[in-house]
Amino acid sequence: MQHFYFDHNATTPAAPQALDAVVSCLGQEYGNASSIHYFGQAAKRKMEVARRQMAALLHAAPAEIVFTSGGTEADNMAVLGVVRRAGGADRHVITSAIEHPAVLGPCAQLDREGVAITRLPVGADGAVDPEDVRRALRPETVLISIMHANNETGVVQPLAEIGRIAREAGVPLHSDGVQAVGKIPVNVEALGVDLYSLSGHKFYAPKGVGALYVTKGTRLDPIAFGGHHERDRRPGTENVPGIAGLGAAAEVASECLEGESTRVAALRDRLEQAVLDCIPGAGVNGNWRNRTPNTTNLYFDGIDGEALVIALDLRGFATSTGSACSSGAVTPSHVLTAMGLSAERARASLRISLGRGNTIEQADALVEALAASVAHLRRISVHA
Amino acid sequence: MPELPIAVAMSGGVDSSTVAALLARQGRSVIGLTMQLWNQRRLPALAVEGSSGRCCSLDDVYDARRVAEQIGIPYYVLNFEREFEERVVKPFVDEYLAGRTPIPCTLCNNFIKFARFLEMADAVGAHQIATGHYARVRRDADSGRWQLLRGADASKDQTYFLFGLTQAQLARTLFPLADLTKTEVRALAREMGLSVAEKSDSQEICFVPNGDYAAFLSAYLEENRTPAAPAAGEIVTTDGRRLGEHQGVHHFTVGQRRGLGIAAGEPLYVISTDARSRRVLVGGNDELLRERLRVREVNWIAIEGLAAPVRAEVKIRNKHAAAPATLHPAGEGVEVVFDNPQRAVTPGQAAVFYHGDLVLGGGWIE
Repeated sequence: MQHFYFDHNATTPAAPQALDAVVSCLGQEYGNASSIHYFGQAAKRKMEVARRQMAALLHAAPAEIVFTSGGTEADNMAVLGVVRRAGGADRHVITSAIEHPAVLGPCAQLDREGVAITRLPVGADGAVDPEDVRRALRPETVLISIMHANNETGVVQPLAEIGRIAREAGVPLHSDGVQAVGKIPVNVEALGVDLYSLSGHKFYAPKGVGALYVTKGTRLDPIAFGGHHERDRRPGTENVPGIAGLGAAAEVASECLEGESTRVAALRDRLEQAVLDCIPGAGVNGNWRNRTPNTTNLYFDGIDGEALVIALDLRGFATSTGSACSSGAVTPSHVLTAMGLSAERARASLRISLGRGNTIEQADALVEALAASVAHLRRISVHA
Repeated sequence: MPELPIAVAMSGGVDSSTVAALLARQGRSVIGLTMQLWNQRRLPALAVEGSSGRCCSLDDVYDARRVAEQIGIPYYVLNFEREFEERVVKPFVDEYLAGRTPIPCTLCNNFIKFARFLEMADAVGAHQIATGHYARVRRDADSGRWQLLRGADASKDQTYFLFGLTQAQLARTLFPLADLTKTEVRALAREMGLSVAEKSDSQEICFVPNGDYAAFLSAYLEENRTPAAPAAGEIVTTDGRRLGEHQGVHHFTVGQRRGLGIAAGEPLYVISTDARSRRVLVGGNDELLRERLRVREVNWIAIEGLAAPVRAEVKIRNKHAAAPATLHPAGEGVEVVFDNPQRAVTPGQAAVFYHGDLVLGGGWIE
């Protein structure tokens, strides 16, 4: 049986250019980037090329890019680093209810350490209201952390407006951009963010590499201790192959973002329209106008999303209900419930996230499989 | 049309792993499914070292996945935590607080393993399910009914926990270990090179670490911020003497001797508990003997129902040797009259009726 991949928000295959870069740094430029000799310098050069490539995709300066092991580490560095550096007895952080666990987790840890955390709600459209951010500000607010695009719904948050509010208040703004980079244009300066996290494998770079953009002048404590790598921000021998792959993938994204996002959006819209036309009791979760071009989150009333994902997989289509927990079991989405969906409807939801490899034929076949699976599940009445 | 797949309930243990491997070896189309029933990290107060061997630990999911990989079948984890808490854990807690001694495994079989799991099997296009239970199922040509029988391994027989299965459930269930002993199952697992062949058996109630259900109850109630009802009460003998105090009726079960916390001249046993008066009644061993008991919510398997008294052997707890008795119809339920009085009839436990290896039915002791 052929298998088709519609879960690009979970991860993507590496771009050929990224693969080449990784292999080259494993076999040829294998030096330790901190070594002073020829081999070290070659590795260092590869790394600095990647830093420029990564910076270019974000419209940032290369010196503002800190390489990490991925999105989770970048989020932890930003949230824990800024708040711990701020010190003081009363500290307050503003975040949202729909953040990725990589942000909610460190916030929960800060909560246990005595930091006040405001988790802003979202509307039925899946977006944070910037005015809620303004109202939540306190004199002791030391960080605002709001994601750029949501992993489950694709809804793009009004980050530039939040950026203006943060600047006026003089509070550092972090954004988890893991689901935005490579899918929509990102200009960190125009957005007004001070820190911005990203993860390589969400945009065709390898797993295990990511970056944190840190504006010059932003002060943060390190969360790990060791050598003086990455300007004392992140100790540990650099993952040069991964970083080179990340740079190559960033360059590909810079080149093809416009064309690919138009193509994928058309494919997504076609798929979505077909689903709404031919499957009764289906609908789109969240604001369908302002989403990343590759993502749709659909509900099918009366269906168990978990059963639907398995049924689709057995027909050769990889999709998802939301974030998977470590054992691989699926729990009802905190994002969808925060948007006001009933537990039933949240459990009846399915995320389809497209990517470079998907074709019109695949999308049409997925719609057919979806219609058949939903009809089957309704016939045997497996209730959510 | 391709053969419909069989959904195997894989716990990560040796029994269900062997079931999956056996069916796959026979060339059947198999889908492995693990039910995630309980988050073992949920009540940190109960955390114990080396928690594997209990259901739903990450280790068990890892083991099940590994076996599925080894035998090359599709494999998925199903999250039934919500249903499990609703249908098994909460009733378990309520029963204990009401002074009874519940059997969560039976509730789990009735409402999760042979109900919700069958629904999911349907969902993935499987018509039949298979589990690693030691029991037998067959269709009786004369009556047209699906029968449940003891498995070949008497020491592993699990029919006591399966008395609630309906005809519809039995009709779709396979117990491939029916004719095997545990020793044979392990040998098969070894022969097929399964990674779990030497894994130790799971113990007791899967979600209660070390069988300490009192600790589980208090941790669960605390997590739910249920105001702990006053629990302490009196320990009283059957002839009215007050012997001491206890910390809650849920610490006691009928027939229990140890842990009474009192010294008396003669051996004392719990005769009964009463949640309302918070009294624990104790007495001598002979006071535990009962000749009759009533059973409610009876599920019939081999027969359609009880029109007239029927002879049977009745088992009143898992480790009890079924005792000869007569079943009398009694309204909605059944009255069991034993030939010889039985020790420690415990409300909340099940009474299961047998004809030899054949399960006639069963219900809950009032």
